[in-house]
Amino acid sequence: MIPVGLSLEQAPPFDAPLRFFLTAPGFLVLAGALLLWQGPEFFASRWLPVPLALTHLLTLGFMAQVMAGALLQILPVVIGVAVPRPQWTATLIHLPLTLGTLMLAGAFLRGIPVGFHLALGLLGLGFGVALIAFDLAVWRAPVTSGTVIAVRCALGALLVTVALGLLLGGYFGWGLSLPVVALTTLHAVWGLVGWTVLLVAGIADQVVPMFHITPFYPRRLSRGFAPLMAAVLTVWSALALGGWETAARAAGAALALGVAVFAGTTLHLLAQRRRKTSDPVLAYWRISMLSLLASAVLWLLASFVPALLPWATVEWLLGILLIVGFAGGVINGMLYKIVPFLAWFHLQAQLLGRAKVPLPHMKQLLPDAPVRRQWQSFLAALWLLLAAAAYPPVFTYPAALALGFTGAWLGVNLWSVWRSYRRALCKG
Amino acid sequence: MPSIAEFLAAEHRQCDDHFAAAEESAHAADLTGCRIHFQQFQAAMERHFRNEEDVLFPAFEQATSSTMGPTRVMRLEHRQIRDALADMSSALTGSDLEEYLGQAETLLILTQQHNIKEEQILYPMCDQMLGNTAGLMIQAMQDLPA
Repeated sequence: MIPVGLSLEQAPPFDAPLRFFLTAPGFLVLAGALLLWQGPEFFASRWLPVPLALTHLLTLGFMAQVMAGALLQILPVVIGVAVPRPQWTATLIHLPLTLGTLMLAGAFLRGIPVGFHLALGLLGLGFGVALIAFDLAVWRAPVTSGTVIAVRCALGALLVTVALGLLLGGYFGWGLSLPVVALTTLHAVWGLVGWTVLLVAGIADQVVPMFHITPFYPRRLSRGFAPLMAAVLTVWSALALGGWETAARAAGAALALGVAVFAGTTLHLLAQRRRKTSDPVLAYWRISMLSLLASAVLWLLASFVPALLPWATVEWLLGILLIVGFAGGVINGMLYKIVPFLAWFHLQAQLLGRAKVPLPHMKQLLPDAPVRRQWQSFLAALWLLLAAAAYPPVFTYPAALALGFTGAWLGVNLWSVWRSYRRALCKG
Repeated sequence: MPSIAEFLAAEHRQCDDHFAAAEESAHAADLTGCRIHFQQFQAAMERHFRNEEDVLFPAFEQATSSTMGPTRVMRLEHRQIRDALADMSSALTGSDLEEYLGQAETLLILTQQHNIKEEQILYPMCDQMLGNTAGLMIQAMQDLPA
């Protein structure tokens, strides 16, 4: 008897995940353009419409977009269960997510309730389909590994994030009476520390040791990190909502420590890698984990030494470190492994045994040189954004240009893989 | 006595070491070193595939009464990996280290996504189903002629 749901079958069709990966860089360009248009006033307050719109272009348009596409692709590999009807599922997530993100950004910028109504409908549909499809898969996994546990916790956190987001949308769209500041903090922390950190941790558990040939994560961290973090997040939320400030600060410190342990362990494993060659993807992993570590340290310092920096500046720095440095970095790096590999993999599957010319390998589909240069532009964008948060008048315009530029370059690199794929398919 | 999962995952790690050594030589433009390490890598991979194809998979197929399940996909991927190894080998025959490195990157991801499926899913299931004969199975793998 083969256990129910087990499918070690290979990948879903190429275009199911690819559409997410090719759309996402466009949102980085939009975010850069929005910052350029707004200029240094952008940093006046994070509660203004433009920062809210820009944040969601990055978190929904870039991060959630790639994370959803990547889950469609990797769930069969890491948990042995495929997402049902991948083409339909991909369309029903990708289309509403893309349109909903644009609509939400527009609604923030123009402040019209009907824009929020449409955005909530679209995003609710996209995330609803994603949550149902991914949960159906991870709860049918035949074997419970560290990755399965972490992905289950991450999806739980995504549910909380989306529910809070829809509720907050109700405030903007229907004028619901809500404790907006407290709920926004919860929404941001569940999205970044819950969904994003836990998903990255679950994937890193497999990807870091296997692709960089490092030792494995300690077993207790691999299986215990995500449930423990989810539990602390829940306690922290209850304390924060209940107004127990000191206890909430202690729980917040525990979250920051947990994040620091994960980031520190990953950096330590990468330092011990047996694969000595270094490539831009390794650099992306490192900057991502360094940003995560820095955000944890900053959070701790600012909580216990409030005189260090104005709290508003701390919030900007935390947002940039977590969204651009940590999430942006690891996603950007992983795209450079996933997209050329999938192109090669599907070429190989389609032309198996009947290729008239040798198939291009990964480095021919995407050479190192443009990837390395794009990596440098990413690094420049991250530094300039951090500098802009500290001194907006000088650094905002260069930061905006760098963000748009690195996003455009990522897009060009990924589209070039797609073009090489099409060319090889025609020749084959 | 190790479990089936531990025994076969340790073989994956040995193969990884040979792979990393060959890749490092290629980066250092050391063609001879690369050829030596690649030969060891290819031999270790072939040995590991035979342990699975000749001992583990037949036992799993018998226990599940199916040859069309996960082991069919694993055998298919072994074929893909063998083809990729042959491409790397011909790059070395042509002394083309640039080509070798490009092929190596591709092979690494192909192999590791295969290993993740085995280590995360297939081996733990084998231990669940065949756990009481794990010792005998490991002995049978060790006894396979070279």
